[in-house]
Amino acid sequence: MESAILKIENFYAYFGETEILKNINLSIFPNQTTAIMGPSGCGKTTLIRCINRMHEFVQNARVSGKIFLYDQDIYSSNPIVIRRKIGMVFQKPNPFPTMSIYENVISGFTLNGIKLKKSEKDRIVEDSLKKAELWDEVKNNIYRKGTFLSGGQQQRLCIARALAMNPDILLLDEPTSALDPKSTSAIESLIIELKKTVTIIIVTHNTAQAARISDRTAFLYLGEMIEYDITEKMFTVPKDKRTEEYLTGKFG
Amino acid sequence: MNNLNADIFIKKSHRNIQIRGNKFSGDVVFKKFLFFSGLCIIILFLAIFLSLVLNSIPSIRAFGLNFFITKVWSPPDRQFGALPFIVGTLATSFLAIIITIPFSFSISVFTGEFYKEGVLSNILKSMIELLAGIPSVVYGFFGLFVLAPVIRTLEMKIGVLPYGVGIFTSSLILSVMIIPFSASIGREVINMVPADIKEAAYSLGGTHYEVIRSTVIPYAKSGIFAGILLALGRALGETMAVTMIIGNSDFLPHSIFSPANTMASVIANEFTEATGTLYLSSLIEIGVVLFIITGIINILGKIIIKKLMVEI
Repeated sequence: MESAILKIENFYAYFGETEILKNINLSIFPNQTTAIMGPSGCGKTTLIRCINRMHEFVQNARVSGKIFLYDQDIYSSNPIVIRRKIGMVFQKPNPFPTMSIYENVISGFTLNGIKLKKSEKDRIVEDSLKKAELWDEVKNNIYRKGTFLSGGQQQRLCIARALAMNPDILLLDEPTSALDPKSTSAIESLIIELKKTVTIIIVTHNTAQAARISDRTAFLYLGEMIEYDITEKMFTVPKDKRTEEYLTGKFG
Repeated sequence: MNNLNADIFIKKSHRNIQIRGNKFSGDVVFKKFLFFSGLCIIILFLAIFLSLVLNSIPSIRAFGLNFFITKVWSPPDRQFGALPFIVGTLATSFLAIIITIPFSFSISVFTGEFYKEGVLSNILKSMIELLAGIPSVVYGFFGLFVLAPVIRTLEMKIGVLPYGVGIFTSSLILSVMIIPFSASIGREVINMVPADIKEAAYSLGGTHYEVIRSTVIPYAKSGIFAGILLALGRALGETMAVTMIIGNSDFLPHSIFSPANTMASVIANEFTEATGTLYLSSLIEIGVVLFIITGIINILGKIIIKKLMVEI
Protein backbone atom coordinates (compact mmCIF):
# COMPACT_ATOMS: atom_id res chain seq x y z
CA MET A 1 0.00 0.00 0.00
CA GLU A 2 1.34 3.41 -0.94
CA SER A 3 2.02 5.98 1.74
CA ALA A 4 -0.47 8.66 2.65
CA ILE A 5 0.06 12.30 1.72
CA LEU A 6 -2.13 13.58 4.54
CA LYS A 7 -2.79 11.90 7.86
CA ILE A 8 -5.41 13.02 10.32
CA GLU A 9 -4.93 11.50 13.77
CA ASN A 10 -7.25 11.59 16.79
CA PHE A 11 -8.59 14.90 15.62
CA TYR A 12 -11.21 16.91 17.56
CA ALA A 13 -12.59 20.34 16.69
CA TYR A 14 -14.64 22.69 18.85
CA PHE A 15 -16.42 26.01 18.42
CA GLY A 16 -16.58 27.33 21.96
CA GLU A 17 -18.01 24.48 23.99
CA THR A 18 -19.63 22.68 21.07
CA GLU A 19 -17.80 19.64 19.82
CA ILE A 20 -17.94 19.64 16.02
CA LEU A 21 -15.58 16.79 15.17
CA LYS A 22 -15.01 13.73 17.33
CA ASN A 23 -11.90 11.62 17.06
CA ILE A 24 -11.36 11.72 13.30
CA ASN A 25 -8.74 9.39 11.85
CA LEU A 26 -8.22 9.58 8.14
CA SER A 27 -5.43 8.96 5.64
CA ILE A 28 -5.53 10.66 2.26
CA PHE A 29 -3.58 9.05 -0.59
CA PRO A 30 -1.78 10.94 -3.35
CA ASN A 31 -3.38 11.41 -6.76
CA GLN A 32 -6.71 10.18 -5.57
CA THR A 33 -9.98 11.96 -5.05
CA THR A 34 -11.35 11.55 -1.56
CA ALA A 35 -14.96 12.51 -1.02
CA ILE A 36 -16.23 13.56 2.39
CA MET A 37 -19.98 13.16 2.48
CA GLY A 38 -22.67 13.40 5.07
CA PRO A 39 -25.86 15.27 5.92
CA SER A 40 -25.70 19.02 6.55
CA GLY A 41 -24.24 19.98 9.88
CA CYS A 42 -22.18 16.80 10.20
CA GLY A 43 -18.91 18.76 10.27
CA LYS A 44 -17.60 17.93 6.81
CA THR A 45 -16.85 21.54 5.91
CA THR A 46 -15.24 22.09 9.29
CA LEU A 47 -13.02 19.08 8.67
CA ILE A 48 -11.55 20.39 5.42
CA ARG A 49 -11.27 23.90 6.81
CA CYS A 50 -9.18 22.41 9.60
CA ILE A 51 -6.85 20.90 7.00
CA ASN A 52 -5.72 24.32 5.72
CA ARG A 53 -6.37 26.00 9.06
CA MET A 54 -9.12 28.25 7.70
CA HIS A 55 -11.35 27.45 10.67
CA GLU A 56 -9.07 29.65 12.78
CA PHE A 57 -10.86 32.76 11.51
CA VAL A 58 -13.91 31.78 13.54
CA GLN A 59 -13.69 33.09 17.08
CA ASN A 60 -13.38 30.50 19.85
CA ALA A 61 -12.44 27.75 17.41
CA ARG A 62 -9.95 25.24 18.75
CA VAL A 63 -8.74 21.79 17.86
CA SER A 64 -6.85 18.87 19.36
CA GLY A 65 -5.12 16.01 17.65
CA LYS A 66 -2.74 16.11 14.74
CA ILE A 67 -2.77 16.51 10.99
CA PHE A 68 0.35 15.65 9.00
CA LEU A 69 1.12 16.79 5.46
CA TYR A 70 3.78 14.22 4.49
CA ASP A 71 5.74 14.31 7.76
CA GLN A 72 5.05 17.92 8.60
CA ASP A 73 2.72 18.64 11.50
CA ILE A 74 0.28 21.24 10.14
CA TYR A 75 -0.53 22.63 13.55
CA SER A 76 3.07 23.39 14.42
CA SER A 77 3.78 25.05 11.06
CA ASN A 78 3.09 28.54 9.79
CA PRO A 79 -0.52 28.57 8.52
CA ILE A 80 0.49 30.86 5.64
CA VAL A 81 2.91 28.23 4.32
CA ILE A 82 0.35 25.47 4.79
CA ARG A 83 -2.28 27.38 2.84
CA ARG A 84 0.09 27.82 -0.08
CA LYS A 85 0.57 24.05 -0.19
CA ILE A 86 -3.09 23.20 0.30
CA GLY A 87 -5.34 25.12 -2.08
CA MET A 88 -9.04 25.63 -1.55
CA VAL A 89 -12.13 26.21 -3.67
CA PHE A 90 -15.29 27.38 -1.97
CA GLN A 91 -19.00 26.67 -2.27
CA LYS A 92 -19.82 29.97 -3.91
CA PRO A 93 -17.52 30.99 -6.77
CA ASN A 94 -15.51 33.91 -5.40
CA PRO A 95 -13.16 35.38 -7.98
CA PHE A 96 -11.73 38.73 -6.90
CA PRO A 97 -14.21 41.23 -8.37
CA THR A 98 -11.66 43.99 -8.77
CA MET A 99 -9.25 41.86 -10.81
CA SER A 100 -9.16 40.62 -14.41
CA ILE A 101 -9.11 36.91 -15.22
CA TYR A 102 -5.35 37.10 -15.67
CA GLU A 103 -4.85 38.88 -12.34
CA ASN A 104 -7.15 36.43 -10.60
CA VAL A 105 -5.12 33.43 -11.70
CA ILE A 106 -1.82 35.02 -10.75
CA SER A 107 -3.25 36.54 -7.53
CA GLY A 108 -1.68 33.89 -5.29
CA PHE A 109 1.72 35.21 -6.29
CA THR A 110 0.92 38.91 -6.19
CA LEU A 111 -0.79 38.44 -2.84
CA ASN A 112 2.30 36.84 -1.37
CA GLY A 113 4.55 39.49 -2.88
CA ILE A 114 6.33 37.01 -5.15
CA LYS A 115 7.78 38.87 -8.15
CA LEU A 116 7.72 37.00 -11.45
CA LYS A 117 8.84 37.85 -14.95
CA LYS A 118 6.07 38.67 -17.40
CA SER A 119 6.85 35.58 -19.49
CA GLU A 120 6.74 33.38 -16.41
CA LYS A 121 3.42 34.85 -15.35
CA ASP A 122 1.99 34.31 -18.83
CA ARG A 123 3.08 30.69 -18.69
CA ILE A 124 1.56 30.08 -15.24
CA VAL A 125 -1.72 31.74 -16.22
CA GLU A 126 -1.99 29.76 -19.44
CA ASP A 127 -1.03 26.47 -17.76
CA SER A 128 -3.44 26.93 -14.87
CA LEU A 129 -6.33 27.95 -17.10
CA LYS A 130 -5.62 24.96 -19.34
CA LYS A 131 -5.55 22.64 -16.34
CA ALA A 132 -8.86 24.08 -15.22
CA GLU A 133 -10.19 23.58 -18.77
CA LEU A 134 -11.09 27.23 -19.04
CA TRP A 135 -8.37 28.43 -21.42
CA ASP A 136 -10.25 27.88 -24.68
CA GLU A 137 -13.27 29.78 -23.39
CA VAL A 138 -11.44 32.83 -22.07
CA LYS A 139 -8.15 33.06 -23.96
CA ASN A 140 -9.33 36.12 -25.91
CA ASN A 141 -10.67 37.88 -22.82
CA ILE A 142 -8.13 37.23 -20.10
CA TYR A 143 -7.83 40.94 -19.35
CA ARG A 144 -11.56 41.27 -18.70
CA LYS A 145 -13.04 41.13 -15.20
CA GLY A 146 -13.56 37.60 -13.92
CA THR A 147 -17.01 38.46 -12.64
CA PHE A 148 -18.39 38.61 -16.22
CA LEU A 149 -18.04 34.85 -16.54
CA SER A 150 -20.88 32.42 -15.89
CA GLY A 151 -21.11 30.70 -12.49
CA GLY A 152 -19.47 27.50 -13.72
CA GLN A 153 -16.69 29.41 -15.48
CA GLN A 154 -16.12 31.48 -12.34
CA GLN A 155 -15.75 28.30 -10.32
CA ARG A 156 -13.21 26.92 -12.82
CA LEU A 157 -11.42 30.26 -12.58
CA CYS A 158 -11.24 29.75 -8.82
CA ILE A 159 -9.83 26.26 -9.42
CA ALA A 160 -7.24 27.74 -11.80
CA ARG A 161 -6.37 30.33 -9.16
CA ALA A 162 -5.75 27.58 -6.62
CA LEU A 163 -3.82 25.43 -9.11
CA ALA A 164 -1.52 28.31 -10.06
CA MET A 165 0.18 27.99 -6.67
CA ASN A 166 0.97 24.38 -7.56
CA PRO A 167 -0.50 22.95 -4.36
CA ASP A 168 0.01 19.40 -3.08
CA ILE A 169 -3.62 19.09 -2.13
CA LEU A 170 -6.74 20.81 -3.46
CA LEU A 171 -9.68 21.14 -1.08
CA LEU A 172 -13.08 21.55 -2.72
CA ASP A 173 -15.93 22.61 -0.45
CA GLU A 174 -19.14 21.61 -2.26
CA PRO A 175 -17.86 23.28 -5.41
CA THR A 176 -20.94 22.52 -7.48
CA SER A 177 -23.72 23.25 -5.01
CA ALA A 178 -24.30 26.71 -6.48
CA LEU A 179 -24.09 25.57 -10.12
CA ASP A 180 -26.46 24.27 -12.79
CA PRO A 181 -26.25 20.60 -13.95
CA LYS A 182 -24.22 21.38 -17.07
CA SER A 183 -21.56 23.34 -15.19
CA THR A 184 -21.59 20.67 -12.50
CA SER A 185 -20.73 17.92 -14.96
CA ALA A 186 -17.98 20.11 -16.44
CA ILE A 187 -16.45 20.50 -12.98
CA GLU A 188 -16.82 16.79 -12.24
CA SER A 189 -14.99 15.73 -15.40
CA LEU A 190 -12.36 18.34 -14.57
CA ILE A 191 -11.86 16.80 -11.12
CA ILE A 192 -11.33 13.37 -12.67
CA GLU A 193 -8.72 14.89 -15.00
CA LEU A 194 -7.02 16.90 -12.25
CA LYS A 195 -6.17 14.06 -9.91
CA LYS A 196 -3.35 13.07 -12.27
CA THR A 197 -1.43 16.06 -10.95
CA VAL A 198 -2.93 16.90 -7.57
CA THR A 199 -4.57 15.16 -4.63
CA ILE A 200 -8.18 16.18 -4.22
CA ILE A 201 -10.42 16.24 -1.17
CA ILE A 202 -13.99 17.13 -2.00
CA VAL A 203 -16.85 17.82 0.39
CA THR A 204 -20.25 16.93 -0.97
CA HIS A 205 -23.71 16.21 0.34
CA ASN A 206 -24.54 14.61 -2.99
CA THR A 207 -23.94 10.87 -2.71
CA ALA A 208 -24.24 10.38 -6.47
CA GLN A 209 -21.48 12.90 -7.01
CA ALA A 210 -19.24 11.10 -4.52
CA ALA A 211 -19.89 7.84 -6.35
CA ARG A 212 -19.13 9.38 -9.77
CA ILE A 213 -15.84 11.06 -9.06
CA SER A 214 -14.14 9.74 -5.93
CA ASP A 215 -11.73 6.90 -5.29
CA ARG A 216 -12.35 6.85 -1.58
CA THR A 217 -15.24 8.11 0.47
CA ALA A 218 -15.50 9.10 4.10
CA PHE A 219 -18.96 9.22 5.65
CA LEU A 220 -19.38 11.71 8.46
CA TYR A 221 -22.39 11.78 10.72
CA LEU A 222 -22.87 14.11 13.70
CA GLY A 223 -19.16 14.88 13.86
CA GLU A 224 -18.06 11.27 13.84
CA MET A 225 -16.45 9.40 11.01
CA ILE A 226 -18.71 6.42 10.55
CA GLU A 227 -16.96 4.77 7.66
CA TYR A 228 -14.01 5.32 5.35
CA ASP A 229 -13.35 3.02 2.43
CA ILE A 230 -12.78 2.67 -1.26
CA THR A 231 -15.82 4.30 -2.85
CA GLU A 232 -16.89 1.23 -4.83
CA LYS A 233 -16.82 -0.93 -1.71
CA MET A 234 -18.70 1.53 0.42
CA PHE A 235 -21.42 2.07 -2.14
CA THR A 236 -21.94 -1.66 -2.76
CA VAL A 237 -21.39 -3.21 0.67
CA PRO A 238 -21.44 -0.55 3.39
CA LYS A 239 -20.21 -1.89 6.72
CA ASP A 240 -22.21 0.39 8.96
CA LYS A 241 -25.99 0.46 9.09
CA ARG A 242 -26.04 4.28 9.20
CA THR A 243 -24.00 4.46 6.00
CA GLU A 244 -26.43 2.16 4.31
CA GLU A 245 -29.38 4.21 5.48
CA TYR A 246 -27.77 7.42 4.27
CA LEU A 247 -26.88 5.96 0.89
CA THR A 248 -30.39 4.63 0.37
CA GLY A 249 -31.85 8.01 1.24
CA LYS A 250 -33.43 7.14 4.59
CA PHE A 251 -32.06 10.41 6.03
CA GLY A 252 -29.86 13.33 5.01
CA MET B 1 -65.21 24.52 3.84
CA ASN B 2 -63.47 26.32 6.62
CA ASN B 3 -61.02 27.78 4.15
CA LEU B 4 -63.79 29.12 2.02
CA ASN B 5 -65.35 30.89 4.98
CA ALA B 6 -62.07 32.45 5.89
CA ASP B 7 -61.69 33.70 2.35
CA ILE B 8 -65.05 35.44 2.40
CA PHE B 9 -64.29 36.91 5.79
CA ILE B 10 -61.00 38.39 4.61
CA LYS B 11 -62.64 39.87 1.58
CA LYS B 12 -65.32 41.53 3.68
CA SER B 13 -62.78 43.01 6.04
CA HIS B 14 -60.79 44.17 3.06
CA ARG B 15 -63.80 45.99 1.75
CA ASN B 16 -64.22 47.63 5.14
CA ILE B 17 -60.67 48.93 5.08
CA GLN B 18 -61.17 50.35 1.63
CA ILE B 19 -64.40 52.07 2.54
CA ARG B 20 -62.90 53.62 5.62
CA GLY B 21 -59.76 54.62 3.76
CA ASN B 22 -61.71 56.52 1.17
CA LYS B 23 -63.35 58.74 3.72
CA PHE B 24 -61.52 61.60 5.41
CA SER B 25 -59.97 59.37 8.08
CA GLY B 26 -56.85 59.50 10.25
CA ASP B 27 -54.93 57.63 7.63
CA VAL B 28 -55.45 60.27 4.99
CA VAL B 29 -54.67 63.13 7.35
CA PHE B 30 -51.46 61.45 8.38
CA LYS B 31 -50.43 60.90 4.77
CA LYS B 32 -51.18 64.52 3.88
CA PHE B 33 -49.19 65.72 6.88
CA LEU B 34 -46.17 63.67 5.81
CA PHE B 35 -46.45 64.96 2.27
CA PHE B 36 -46.74 68.55 3.49
CA SER B 37 -43.65 68.19 5.70
CA GLY B 38 -41.67 66.88 2.75
CA LEU B 39 -42.93 69.68 0.55
CA CYS B 40 -41.85 72.27 3.15
CA ILE B 41 -38.24 71.12 2.86
CA ILE B 42 -38.26 71.49 -0.89
CA ILE B 43 -39.84 74.93 -0.69
CA LEU B 44 -37.39 76.03 2.01
CA PHE B 45 -34.44 74.84 -0.03
CA LEU B 46 -35.60 76.68 -3.12
CA ALA B 47 -36.46 79.78 -1.09
CA ILE B 48 -33.01 79.98 0.44
CA PHE B 49 -31.33 79.50 -2.89
CA LEU B 50 -33.56 82.00 -4.70
CA SER B 51 -33.25 84.69 -2.04
CA LEU B 52 -29.47 84.32 -2.13
CA VAL B 53 -29.42 84.62 -5.91
CA LEU B 54 -31.84 87.58 -5.94
CA ASN B 55 -29.84 89.43 -3.30
CA SER B 56 -26.60 88.93 -5.16
CA ILE B 57 -27.94 90.47 -8.39
CA PRO B 58 -26.36 93.94 -7.72
CA SER B 59 -22.94 92.37 -7.39
CA ILE B 60 -23.44 90.08 -10.39
CA ARG B 61 -24.46 93.15 -12.45
CA ALA B 62 -21.47 95.19 -11.27
CA PHE B 63 -18.69 92.61 -11.66
CA GLY B 64 -20.01 89.75 -13.77
CA LEU B 65 -17.61 86.85 -14.11
CA ASN B 66 -14.69 89.11 -13.17
CA PHE B 67 -15.91 88.69 -9.60
CA PHE B 68 -14.22 85.30 -9.49
CA ILE B 69 -10.84 86.34 -10.88
CA THR B 70 -10.39 89.75 -9.26
CA LYS B 71 -7.95 89.62 -6.37
CA VAL B 72 -8.81 92.99 -4.84
CA TRP B 73 -11.37 93.11 -2.07
CA SER B 74 -11.58 96.70 -0.96
CA PRO B 75 -14.85 97.89 0.59
CA PRO B 76 -13.83 101.60 0.76
CA ASP B 77 -13.20 101.62 -3.02
CA ARG B 78 -16.38 99.60 -3.65
CA GLN B 79 -14.13 97.08 -5.38
CA PHE B 80 -15.03 93.46 -4.69
CA GLY B 81 -13.29 90.38 -6.05
CA ALA B 82 -13.70 86.93 -4.54
CA LEU B 83 -10.47 85.35 -5.71
CA PRO B 84 -8.62 85.60 -2.34
CA PHE B 85 -11.47 83.78 -0.61
CA ILE B 86 -11.85 81.12 -3.28
CA VAL B 87 -8.12 80.47 -3.03
CA GLY B 88 -8.33 80.53 0.78
CA THR B 89 -11.18 78.02 0.83
CA LEU B 90 -9.57 75.65 -1.66
CA ALA B 91 -6.18 75.87 0.05
CA THR B 92 -7.45 75.21 3.59
CA SER B 93 -9.82 72.42 2.50
CA PHE B 94 -7.42 70.51 0.29
CA LEU B 95 -4.57 70.87 2.76
CA ALA B 96 -6.91 69.59 5.49
CA ILE B 97 -7.89 66.63 3.28
CA ILE B 98 -4.24 65.78 2.59
CA ILE B 99 -3.44 65.90 6.31
CA THR B 100 -6.50 63.88 7.27
CA ILE B 101 -6.25 61.07 4.68
CA PRO B 102 -3.51 59.01 6.37
CA PHE B 103 -5.27 59.23 9.73
CA SER B 104 -8.84 58.59 8.66
CA PHE B 105 -7.70 55.82 6.33
CA SER B 106 -5.78 54.08 9.11
CA ILE B 107 -8.67 54.47 11.51
CA SER B 108 -11.08 53.02 8.91
CA VAL B 109 -8.92 49.96 8.36
CA PHE B 110 -8.27 49.53 12.07
CA THR B 111 -11.91 49.69 13.16
CA GLY B 112 -13.33 48.12 9.99
CA GLU B 113 -11.02 45.16 9.59
CA PHE B 114 -8.44 44.66 12.35
CA TYR B 115 -10.44 45.26 15.51
CA LYS B 116 -14.10 45.13 14.60
CA GLU B 117 -15.10 44.32 18.15
CA GLY B 118 -13.54 44.76 21.53
CA VAL B 119 -13.03 47.49 24.08
CA LEU B 120 -10.32 49.40 22.22
CA SER B 121 -12.31 49.47 19.01
CA ASN B 122 -15.48 50.60 20.78
CA ILE B 123 -13.67 53.37 22.64
CA LEU B 124 -12.10 54.54 19.40
CA LYS B 125 -15.40 54.46 17.53
CA SER B 126 -17.26 56.49 20.16
CA MET B 127 -14.37 58.95 20.50
CA ILE B 128 -14.51 59.57 16.76
CA GLU B 129 -18.25 60.11 16.95
CA LEU B 130 -17.70 62.53 19.83
CA LEU B 131 -15.24 64.49 17.71
CA ALA B 132 -18.09 65.22 15.33
CA GLY B 133 -20.21 66.51 18.19
CA ILE B 134 -17.78 69.11 19.56
CA PRO B 135 -19.08 72.61 18.73
CA SER B 136 -16.86 74.26 16.18
CA VAL B 137 -16.37 77.33 18.37
CA VAL B 138 -14.57 75.04 20.82
CA TYR B 139 -12.30 73.87 18.03
CA GLY B 140 -11.72 77.54 17.25
CA PHE B 141 -10.71 78.27 20.84
CA PHE B 142 -8.38 75.30 20.90
CA GLY B 143 -6.84 76.45 17.64
CA LEU B 144 -6.41 80.03 18.79
CA PHE B 145 -5.00 79.45 22.26
CA VAL B 146 -3.19 76.12 21.96
CA LEU B 147 -2.34 75.45 18.35
CA ALA B 148 -1.55 78.99 17.16
CA PRO B 149 1.31 79.56 19.68
CA VAL B 150 2.83 76.23 18.65
CA ILE B 151 2.60 77.14 14.98
CA ARG B 152 4.09 80.57 15.79
CA THR B 153 7.17 78.89 17.30
CA LEU B 154 7.39 76.66 14.26
CA GLU B 155 7.13 79.65 11.93
CA MET B 156 9.93 81.43 13.78
CA LYS B 157 12.13 78.36 13.42
CA ILE B 158 11.62 78.07 9.68
CA GLY B 159 11.88 81.82 9.18
CA VAL B 160 8.50 82.95 7.92
CA LEU B 161 6.45 85.76 9.45
CA PRO B 162 5.19 84.36 12.77
CA TYR B 163 1.48 85.09 12.62
CA GLY B 164 0.50 81.83 14.28
CA VAL B 165 -2.87 82.05 12.61
CA GLY B 166 -3.41 81.39 8.92
CA ILE B 167 -4.09 78.77 6.30
CA PHE B 168 -1.87 76.08 7.83
CA THR B 169 -3.33 76.43 11.33
CA SER B 170 -6.86 76.32 9.92
CA SER B 171 -6.07 73.25 7.86
CA LEU B 172 -4.76 71.41 10.92
CA ILE B 173 -7.93 72.13 12.91
CA LEU B 174 -10.12 71.33 9.90
CA SER B 175 -8.34 68.02 9.39
CA VAL B 176 -9.29 66.97 12.92
CA MET B 177 -12.85 68.18 12.48
CA ILE B 178 -13.47 66.14 9.33
CA ILE B 179 -11.88 62.86 10.51
CA PRO B 180 -15.24 61.52 11.83
CA PHE B 181 -16.86 61.83 8.39
CA SER B 182 -14.24 60.14 6.28
CA ALA B 183 -13.30 57.59 8.96
CA SER B 184 -16.81 56.36 9.68
CA ILE B 185 -17.77 56.06 6.00
CA GLY B 186 -14.46 54.31 5.35
CA ARG B 187 -15.17 51.89 8.17
CA GLU B 188 -18.63 51.12 6.83
CA VAL B 189 -17.43 50.31 3.30
CA ILE B 190 -14.53 48.21 4.59
CA ASN B 191 -17.04 46.34 6.74
CA MET B 192 -19.12 45.64 3.64
CA VAL B 193 -16.34 43.78 1.80
CA PRO B 194 -17.77 40.26 1.42
CA ALA B 195 -16.25 37.60 3.65
CA ASP B 196 -15.89 35.07 0.83
CA ILE B 197 -13.48 37.32 -1.06
CA LYS B 198 -11.33 37.70 2.02
CA GLU B 199 -11.45 33.94 2.57
CA ALA B 200 -10.28 33.35 -0.99
CA ALA B 201 -7.29 35.56 -0.34
CA TYR B 202 -6.50 33.84 2.94
CA SER B 203 -6.79 30.41 1.31
CA LEU B 204 -4.07 31.46 -1.14
CA GLY B 205 -1.72 32.07 1.76
CA GLY B 206 -2.18 35.80 2.25
CA THR B 207 -1.26 37.40 5.57
CA HIS B 208 -3.69 39.81 7.17
CA TYR B 209 -1.81 42.78 5.71
CA GLU B 210 -1.62 41.21 2.25
CA VAL B 211 -5.33 40.43 2.24
CA ILE B 212 -6.17 44.01 3.20
CA ARG B 213 -3.81 45.48 0.61
CA SER B 214 -4.79 43.31 -2.32
CA THR B 215 -8.48 42.59 -1.80
CA VAL B 216 -10.11 44.75 0.89
CA ILE B 217 -8.77 48.12 -0.21
CA PRO B 218 -9.28 47.67 -3.97
CA TYR B 219 -12.83 46.61 -3.23
CA ALA B 220 -13.58 49.49 -0.87
CA LYS B 221 -11.61 52.24 -2.55
CA SER B 222 -14.49 54.05 -4.27
CA GLY B 223 -16.37 54.14 -0.96
CA ILE B 224 -13.32 55.43 0.85
CA PHE B 225 -12.99 58.09 -1.84
CA ALA B 226 -16.65 59.05 -1.38
CA GLY B 227 -16.05 59.44 2.35
CA ILE B 228 -13.16 61.78 1.65
CA LEU B 229 -15.34 63.74 -0.75
CA LEU B 230 -18.06 64.19 1.88
CA ALA B 231 -15.40 65.28 4.36
CA LEU B 232 -14.23 67.80 1.77
CA GLY B 233 -17.77 69.13 1.61
CA ARG B 234 -17.65 69.70 5.36
CA ALA B 235 -14.26 71.38 5.20
CA LEU B 236 -15.32 73.78 2.43
CA GLY B 237 -18.27 75.09 4.43
CA GLU B 238 -16.81 75.07 7.95
CA THR B 239 -17.16 78.60 9.31
CA MET B 240 -16.73 79.31 13.00
CA ALA B 241 -13.47 77.56 13.78
CA VAL B 242 -11.87 78.75 10.58
CA THR B 243 -13.00 82.35 11.10
CA MET B 244 -11.29 82.33 14.51
CA ILE B 245 -7.93 81.03 13.35
CA ILE B 246 -7.39 81.99 9.73
CA GLY B 247 -6.25 85.54 10.44
CA ASN B 248 -8.97 87.33 8.45
CA SER B 249 -6.86 88.92 5.76
CA ASP B 250 -8.54 90.02 2.55
CA PHE B 251 -5.36 89.77 0.49
CA LEU B 252 -4.52 86.92 -1.80
CA PRO B 253 -2.47 84.47 0.35
CA HIS B 254 1.08 83.88 -0.92
CA SER B 255 2.06 80.89 1.22
CA ILE B 256 0.39 78.29 3.40
CA PHE B 257 1.47 80.22 6.49
CA SER B 258 -0.24 83.44 5.34
CA PRO B 259 -3.29 84.74 7.13
CA ALA B 260 -6.23 84.60 4.74
CA ASN B 261 -10.01 84.32 4.61
CA THR B 262 -12.20 81.56 3.28
CA MET B 263 -15.53 82.15 1.59
CA ALA B 264 -17.33 81.13 4.77
CA SER B 265 -15.10 83.11 7.12
CA VAL B 266 -15.31 86.36 5.14
CA ILE B 267 -19.08 86.20 5.24
CA ALA B 268 -19.12 85.52 8.98
CA ASN B 269 -16.55 88.19 9.63
CA GLU B 270 -17.83 91.03 7.49
CA PHE B 271 -21.60 90.80 7.20
CA THR B 272 -22.14 93.03 10.25
CA GLU B 273 -20.06 95.83 8.82
CA ALA B 274 -21.34 95.45 5.26
CA THR B 275 -22.76 98.88 4.64
CA GLY B 276 -24.13 99.55 1.20
CA THR B 277 -25.98 97.26 -1.14
CA LEU B 278 -22.99 96.31 -3.25
CA TYR B 279 -20.85 95.18 -0.28
CA LEU B 280 -23.62 93.04 1.15
CA SER B 281 -24.57 91.72 -2.25
CA SER B 282 -20.98 90.68 -2.95
CA LEU B 283 -20.88 88.72 0.32
CA ILE B 284 -24.14 87.05 -0.63
CA GLU B 285 -22.77 86.12 -4.03
CA ILE B 286 -19.88 84.39 -2.26
CA GLY B 287 -22.54 82.55 -0.27
CA VAL B 288 -24.19 81.37 -3.48
CA VAL B 289 -20.90 80.04 -4.83
CA LEU B 290 -20.22 78.20 -1.57
CA PHE B 291 -23.76 76.80 -1.62
CA ILE B 292 -23.30 75.43 -5.14
CA ILE B 293 -19.80 74.01 -4.59
CA THR B 294 -20.65 72.16 -1.37
CA GLY B 295 -23.89 70.99 -2.97
CA ILE B 296 -22.05 69.46 -5.93
CA ILE B 297 -19.42 67.83 -3.72
CA ASN B 298 -22.10 66.30 -1.48
CA ILE B 299 -24.17 65.00 -4.37
CA LEU B 300 -21.09 63.48 -6.01
CA GLY B 301 -20.11 61.69 -2.80
CA LYS B 302 -23.60 60.32 -2.30
CA ILE B 303 -23.83 59.12 -5.91
CA ILE B 304 -20.58 57.18 -5.52
CA ILE B 305 -21.75 55.56 -2.27
CA LYS B 306 -25.12 54.67 -3.80
CA LYS B 307 -23.44 53.10 -6.82
CA LEU B 308 -21.25 51.07 -4.50
CA MET B 309 -24.26 49.82 -2.54
CA VAL B 310 -25.92 48.64 -5.75
CA GLU B 311 -22.80 46.79 -6.85
CA ILE B 312 -22.67 44.93 -3.56
